[in-house]
Amino acid sequence: MKSPARRPHGARTAPYGRPSRSRTRQAPYLFLVPAIVLFLLFFALPIGYAVWLSFRKVRVSGLGLGAGARQEVWAGLENYTGALSDSELLRGALRVLGYGCLVVPVMLGLALLFALMLDAERARLTPFTRLAIFLPYAVPGVVAALLWGFLYLPSVSPFSFVLDALGLPQPDLLDGGPLYAALSNIAVWGGTGFNMIVIYTALRAVPAEVYEAAKLDGATPLQIALRIKIPMVAPSLVLTFFFSIIATLQVFSEPTTLKPLTNSVSTTWSPLMKVYQDAFGNGDIHAAAAQATLIAVATLVLSFGFLRTANRRTKQEAGR
Amino acid sequence: MPYTKRRRLVSSAVAVALGATALAACGSSSEDDGAATGPVTLTYWSWAPGMDKVVDLWNKGPGKERQITVTVKKQASGDTLVTKILTAHKAGKAPDLVQAEYQALPTLVSNDALADISGEAGDAKEEFADGVWQQTTLGTDAVYAVPQDIGPMMFFYREDLFKKYGLTVPTTWDEFAGTARELKKAAPDKDLTTFSANDSGLFAGLAQQAGAQWWTTSGDKWKVGINDAATKKVASFWGGLVEEGAIDNQPMYTPAWNKALDTGQQIAWVSAVWAPGTLTTAAPATKGKWAMAPLPQWTKSENRTGSWGGSSTAVTTDSKHKDAAATFAAWLNTDPQALNALAKESGIYPASTAAQTSGAFATPPEFFANQPDFYTKAAEIAETTAPSAWGPNVNVAYTTFKNAFGAAAKNRSDFTAALDAMQEDTVADLKKQGFGVAE
Repeated sequence: MKSPARRPHGARTAPYGRPSRSRTRQAPYLFLVPAIVLFLLFFALPIGYAVWLSFRKVRVSGLGLGAGARQEVWAGLENYTGALSDSELLRGALRVLGYGCLVVPVMLGLALLFALMLDAERARLTPFTRLAIFLPYAVPGVVAALLWGFLYLPSVSPFSFVLDALGLPQPDLLDGGPLYAALSNIAVWGGTGFNMIVIYTALRAVPAEVYEAAKLDGATPLQIALRIKIPMVAPSLVLTFFFSIIATLQVFSEPTTLKPLTNSVSTTWSPLMKVYQDAFGNGDIHAAAAQATLIAVATLVLSFGFLRTANRRTKQEAGR
Repeated sequence: MPYTKRRRLVSSAVAVALGATALAACGSSSEDDGAATGPVTLTYWSWAPGMDKVVDLWNKGPGKERQITVTVKKQASGDTLVTKILTAHKAGKAPDLVQAEYQALPTLVSNDALADISGEAGDAKEEFADGVWQQTTLGTDAVYAVPQDIGPMMFFYREDLFKKYGLTVPTTWDEFAGTARELKKAAPDKDLTTFSANDSGLFAGLAQQAGAQWWTTSGDKWKVGINDAATKKVASFWGGLVEEGAIDNQPMYTPAWNKALDTGQQIAWVSAVWAPGTLTTAAPATKGKWAMAPLPQWTKSENRTGSWGGSSTAVTTDSKHKDAAATFAAWLNTDPQALNALAKESGIYPASTAAQTSGAFATPPEFFANQPDFYTKAAEIAETTAPSAWGPNVNVAYTTFKNAFGAAAKNRSDFTAALDAMQEDTVADLKKQGFGVAE
């Protein structure tokens, strides 16, 4: 009775021979099956279907009335050449580029500044301030855009009212260049808090001895921030930049919500709005699928290209 | 009280579901054949508020006798629903009945989503004005829908402010332009109205009044006439007013627009018969201060209007009970009791001519209590609606309208160039899809 109980665990299979190699090799895959099935069903399959749709098109004959007048046929690269030569899609991409050039630096700059200020030794009321800066992130994008939209419309905006009372000119924020500032403002207002939390968390993880050593060497708080804190949180800056690029390329809800308020935002203002318009406004899912695929590829190339350069640089610095 | 009501509804829904299961379990084949023998359940996609209450009348009355039960599923309005119907139809799962705007019918028919119900609902023809009925036949012998509501266009103005500024109600568009300029002279910070580029239906209706025929067929080809002479006239008229600053160029349905109407900064609105409802929410402070007049005309001798809005009830090709569905669609839009309930619960203006002056429409809308003959006048105007001509890609034309006219209104630039863009995009889209297009 005693001896089998004392036998080591693996030996239990002894009567059936050595633990089978193939079974141990299969085990990890067995554990992976649920994840793989879910990935295939809800990620790979829909993407594959979208790509397949992008190579098809609808062919109508004659007046197109009645049964059988509409056929789905193979289109080859037609949808892709159409999307690439579509000047509106290109203009939309340029608009988003301009918008991104405003949003990303301002938002990340502010996030870093707030994180450093919160991390400073003399900071008071940190928990409250942190929450206050983070709170706008919890407001849904559509609601934020609606709130700001009301503030931008000259005839209902309290800002315009105050400016008017002071006898100052009231700028139309929903037109021309100011429109970009107005849209960026919504994104910055909503996104700064999230990025600040990421950077702030990284700052808290820096060991206190580092600062102590710096202080003993006579570094001022500003020098500590510039020479120690910022380089130490560089990885989280890379991460937040990465997220911001993706969010910028996918801008949709803010301009869509502001669209009814002004003539300056068209239904195809950003590339994703154009995809939406083609799929659900004009009913051409095939062209929309091709554009969506192109946007996805561009996003992948841009974001991973950036990650790669950023990583290479950190490696080089580590090698020095 | 509401609790018990819902309870009853749930239990009856359960009963229906159980009944269906029981039937299926018996392997009964009565569900499959098209003839309406045995109980039939129909699904109806509609965006009209309170439609469930109207349908209740059917389910408790004529529907009970014929064992046809209709369930309403509330939907988003307009173009969004068209896309949803087409997607459902692709999967063969469209509901039995759908609400569809007139301009969407060619798109739906072109996708083979709507059934020809001329057999069951063809008799309803005499209940409607010819111009209205013609939209549901697409000029063929088939009938693809039964008209529900219409939106004949009219001119709404602030009676008190017109008096204050010494303005007369314009009867022609020339006078309309004159009125706009006079007002600018009397009160430079006020506008007669605005040209809004965010609702294509308004411009389409104005073009229709001028005699435009945007989509016509010749043989098996579509002819697109969006930049025809009539529409050009309309476009350059409004473009001119915007350019010289005689009217505003900001979009409608914004908080700013509401405020402008409510405070009398804008004192008139070219709109349709449903305007009282919109004004009630947009400009509540101005109740009883508005009046309605016919739309200004292009020449003194003319008497025509366009239509803005309006929808119909259609039966889909996916329905297994087309006869039953068509019977319901005809009842909903011609039965006096149903139409009265539609007016009361959904606030629609009926397409049926008999209903336009009876029942709920015997008295003026509350917001226009100062104009007792509101609906008598409205019915007279509705009779003068010009024929409309819709095609299979109205959505594309409308999209370009919003973008091109939005930009032109913003820059106060040439509207006819925007109109040409609309024509080009529409023709290019038809060609791309493979439709026959006549040049």
